[in-house]
Amino acid sequence: MAELTKLQGAIDSQGERAVSRQTVYVYETAVRLWHWINALAITVLGVTGYLIGSPLPSMPGEASAYYVMGYIRFAHFSAGYVLAIGFLFRLYWAFVGNRYSKQIFVPPVWSKLWRWGLVYELKWYLFLVKDPKKYIGHNPLGHAAMSSFVVVLIFMICTGFALYSQGTGNDSWQFALFGWVFSIWPNAQDVHTWHHLGMWSIVIFAIIHVYAAIREDILSRQSTISSIVSGERVFRDDFRH
Amino acid sequence: MSAQIETFYELIRRQGITRRSFIKFCSLTAAGLGLGPAGAASVAQALETKPRVPIIWMHGLECTCCTESFIRSAHPLAKDVVLSMISLDYNDTIMAAAGHQAEAILQETRQMYKGRYILAVEGNPPLNEDGMYCIDGGRPFVERLTEMASDAMAVVAWGTCASWGCVQAAKPNPTHAVPIDKVIRNKPIVKVPGCPPIAEVMTGVITYVTMFGRLPDLDRQGRPKMFYSQRIHDKCYRRPHFDAGQFVEEWDDDGARKGFCLYKMGCKGPTTYNACSTTRWNGGVSFPIQSGHGCIGCSEDAFWDKGSFYDRLTGINAFGVERNADEIGLAAAGLVGAGIAVHAGITAVRQLTAKPRDIKATTSDPTNPNAG
Repeated sequence: MAELTKLQGAIDSQGERAVSRQTVYVYETAVRLWHWINALAITVLGVTGYLIGSPLPSMPGEASAYYVMGYIRFAHFSAGYVLAIGFLFRLYWAFVGNRYSKQIFVPPVWSKLWRWGLVYELKWYLFLVKDPKKYIGHNPLGHAAMSSFVVVLIFMICTGFALYSQGTGNDSWQFALFGWVFSIWPNAQDVHTWHHLGMWSIVIFAIIHVYAAIREDILSRQSTISSIVSGERVFRDDFRH
Repeated sequence: MSAQIETFYELIRRQGITRRSFIKFCSLTAAGLGLGPAGAASVAQALETKPRVPIIWMHGLECTCCTESFIRSAHPLAKDVVLSMISLDYNDTIMAAAGHQAEAILQETRQMYKGRYILAVEGNPPLNEDGMYCIDGGRPFVERLTEMASDAMAVVAWGTCASWGCVQAAKPNPTHAVPIDKVIRNKPIVKVPGCPPIAEVMTGVITYVTMFGRLPDLDRQGRPKMFYSQRIHDKCYRRPHFDAGQFVEEWDDDGARKGFCLYKMGCKGPTTYNACSTTRWNGGVSFPIQSGHGCIGCSEDAFWDKGSFYDRLTGINAFGVERNADEIGLAAAGLVGAGIAVHAGITAVRQLTAKPRDIKATTSDPTNPNAG
């Protein structure tokens, strides 16, 4: 009994001691905050963006009584600023944060081990190998997906601010910084279309992202869902072969 | 033709126009060009001292709507004045000369006013079959165009044809018609898009160039900022209905009668840069949206190829199927969702049917070398 009072680990009511797990602090507070703020901003952007392209049913009565499109666009632009400023902050954090905070910006395609892992994870998702590998940061396939997402995010920020600059005008800083988008697509209609397709690619990314996170949490014997809340990755048991 | 051209002021005084009318015109022009309070004096000074600028107006693949628009400039004085202000030496639609006599003017102007004349181009050159799809005076238009451009002071691209390509350059563009800036590379070009451009915009640009001897400030796409820096949407009188969320849903509904926003009917006002909603047409009478029809975006690049004029979202012709971004996105998301459902199903079945395996507990390792 005296021994038990000094015990640090977990026990059950019968005195059975739990096994300690390997735990690594992966996602720092800044990274986790960015993830959730980003998720929220993207949700707002997706919904309001869809409603800008396909507005709600027409409002009856006098125009002076409503500001429906005005509020929807305001929400879209505000969330856009949150996303863009958040992204700049995240970019900064890649420099000052831990080694895992840099991952999504730099897929190490030059690394043989990384490429091997990419193929292995692909096989794992195609049910061709029995067991998944454990990774402290992102697994190579997830890593590649995250880096692609960053590219789409940059694309959405550039096209988004370019479209926004149409309202703020040719003399605005938005146009000065992002007006080059119209050199690629002189007709802004095309920029709208691409921005729209970008939105849908993020929707698809989100579906896969959530599915993979839940599936990995169950099957890969390592935490993913709780990791983005607490920042810690817990590695559970290994299979014996 | 004499090399010494009289000034505009001398010409109109000779025609019996009073100085008072002249000053009025200068103020009107300065205001129209957005030159500010001091503008009128500089306009007057330019018109009194500078010789009139010879203009060569060439026609490639086009429909002449630019010329038609130009000669209908709203203010009658402005029209007369502009036509006499410039020395319109060659315009095969409205000139008196014909045949060899007309052709001679081109070479004469080119030699006599080398580097001093303005080349205005309506329409564009087709490049396929060595330009044989547009023969003008027995030669491919593209040859004559580049020849006349080589000695011009500046080039004005009239309308969407010369600026962007317009209908003859729409897919599949069998004649390979190209905007003029694809064949004229070494001269300053001002693009004045629109199908046709607004008359007042055309006269405004010509007035500016002839008066000040240089092109007006251009935007990133080479259009004069004074007329093309805002979208139709930005100055549309139906904009409050857009902000309120009041839309025409069908052509004969209550919203259409009340003049609600035409956004859902495919109005391209939000992506079209032009002066229609401020300057309007036919002496300020109306413009398409005021007449109850959405903007078709005629001053924008490739506006023929952006799907229906009546769709909000552009059709994307992918895999031979015409769908908009939402339909494609939703289909792709649905496919991915279905794929994930199947994947999750296979995963679950494999987990349930798998033989139970020994699990080796990992021992704790407080000194993890990999921890960041």
